[in-house]
Amino acid sequence: MAQAAIIFMKELKDYFVSPIAYIVICIFLLISGWFFFATFFLFDQANLRTFFNMLPLIFAFVIPAVTMRLFSEEFHAGSFEMLLTLPVKLSHIVIGKFFASLVFIAVMLIPTLSYAIWVSFLGDLDWGPVIGGYLGALLLGGAFSAIGIFASTTTRNQIIAFIIGMLLCFVLTLIDKMLFFFPAGILNVIHYLGVGYHFENISKGIIDSRDIIYFLSIIVIALYGAHLVLQEKR
Amino acid sequence: MIHLEQLTKYYGQLCAVDHIDLDIDKGEITGLLGPNGAGKTTTLRMLTGYLLPSSGTIKVHGYSIEEAALQIKRLIGYLPESAPLYYNMLVYDYLDYVATVRGIERSRRMNRIRTMVGLCGLNGIMHKSIGELSKGLKQRVGLAHAMIDDPEILVLDEPTSGLDPNQIMEIRDIIRGIGKEKTIIVSTHILSEAEATCDRIVIIDKGSIVADGSTEMLRLSMGQEKKITLSLLNADIDRVRERLLDVEGISGVEQLGEPQDGELRIRLTTQGDIDTREKIYRSIRETDWIILEFSQETKSLEMIFRELTREV
Repeated sequence: MAQAAIIFMKELKDYFVSPIAYIVICIFLLISGWFFFATFFLFDQANLRTFFNMLPLIFAFVIPAVTMRLFSEEFHAGSFEMLLTLPVKLSHIVIGKFFASLVFIAVMLIPTLSYAIWVSFLGDLDWGPVIGGYLGALLLGGAFSAIGIFASTTTRNQIIAFIIGMLLCFVLTLIDKMLFFFPAGILNVIHYLGVGYHFENISKGIIDSRDIIYFLSIIVIALYGAHLVLQEKR
Repeated sequence: MIHLEQLTKYYGQLCAVDHIDLDIDKGEITGLLGPNGAGKTTTLRMLTGYLLPSSGTIKVHGYSIEEAALQIKRLIGYLPESAPLYYNMLVYDYLDYVATVRGIERSRRMNRIRTMVGLCGLNGIMHKSIGELSKGLKQRVGLAHAMIDDPEILVLDEPTSGLDPNQIMEIRDIIRGIGKEKTIIVSTHILSEAEATCDRIVIIDKGSIVADGSTEMLRLSMGQEKKITLSLLNADIDRVRERLLDVEGISGVEQLGEPQDGELRIRLTTQGDIDTREKIYRSIRETDWIILEFSQETKSLEMIFRELTREV
């Protein structure tokens, strides 16, 4: 595990020495801030609900941009050969890179805490849903970055990795918004599969083990898939 | 030390490495020689744990690659072809990262990096980003990357490809310097390079080993047929042919070009392992021909290589 930590540190450092990281953070803050404040004064309610409601959709295209380079770039430059011939387990490489992207997403979320602080001055903010919302955001970010990492292992082209990751994330985000396309028998299953249902629960402040297990299982399945793809390439 | 048995790799239908058996002892510098696409890189990639063999076994120091890949990777320092390093990292950061991943303790790390700077001549570039370096410098950083943990086995995939002659000499000197204590495997498609640096040469073609031995052994086994070039004055080809074909061991006389100023150049082909030069001289002494040139050449490694790896 010590080696997963070394990979993690290296990847995290890589994020913050490249300008792309800051561009992605800026785009994320601009979009989320705009969506939040565009309706905030109309609703006239001191909560962050609109921010958290938009989050899955924004994450679905921001996070694949964060994770797209993690493996594709290594394949493209050939450095993966060098990385894999160092005494490191493949699974530790995947885990290290996953946590690097997760921490990056956490850093990306930190400035949005200012929304909560600001709103708490305007009215009586209930901190329960806010804390739940951030916990949910981390779980959601973890799930999407695991999916993004999986997409990144499938190709050496970062743009393609981005598109595949974005498509997968959008399917999970939008699937429970399109329930009327599905036969009644499987509606419950589809509804359960969607990210929105679980994320809404947590961001209301209801922390249910089923929702946590849902996100954790997406993370595990996607990372395991990434591991399988990498193993298959050898 | 290194034991490959029936090692095979398929890429889909294509067989890149076909049942290779190879044993390499400690302290040998082995050259893996072959034309492009012969399976050198694939073999090295399997040995270093980057690719998994389709079948066959790899054992290093008694560890097998299926069960103890990490131990094997710890023993091997590997420089992949054209040194694909992280181009956005600084040389120092990169070496520090590799040293950390390889588990060198913090107290020894700085020391090892300093040793590498000296050994690979990295002075003055430690704080440049790897992407800015010239090809030769990148290659040296790659060598430092491979040697930082002082591994017992060093695997270098075409370490001198694309370098200029001075850089080639530098890299060769480094390899020869460390080759005194370490086991080194170098792949190359340049013969003179294998000849200059290696104790043992393994020639691979189309995924199989076609020749294996020291440079002298290869010459001996393949170089039975010798060619002798002669320049004679006052001689004409018919009489030369008549006389020299009588000499024991000579199987052919061939004229090289038209005679110029009475100078006749011929090439003799000899058979078997006997030295015919004395008899040729004695035979010619009986005539009034004057010898201007008399030289024997054995087959060069280059000719052996071409013969073994020629498309049929």
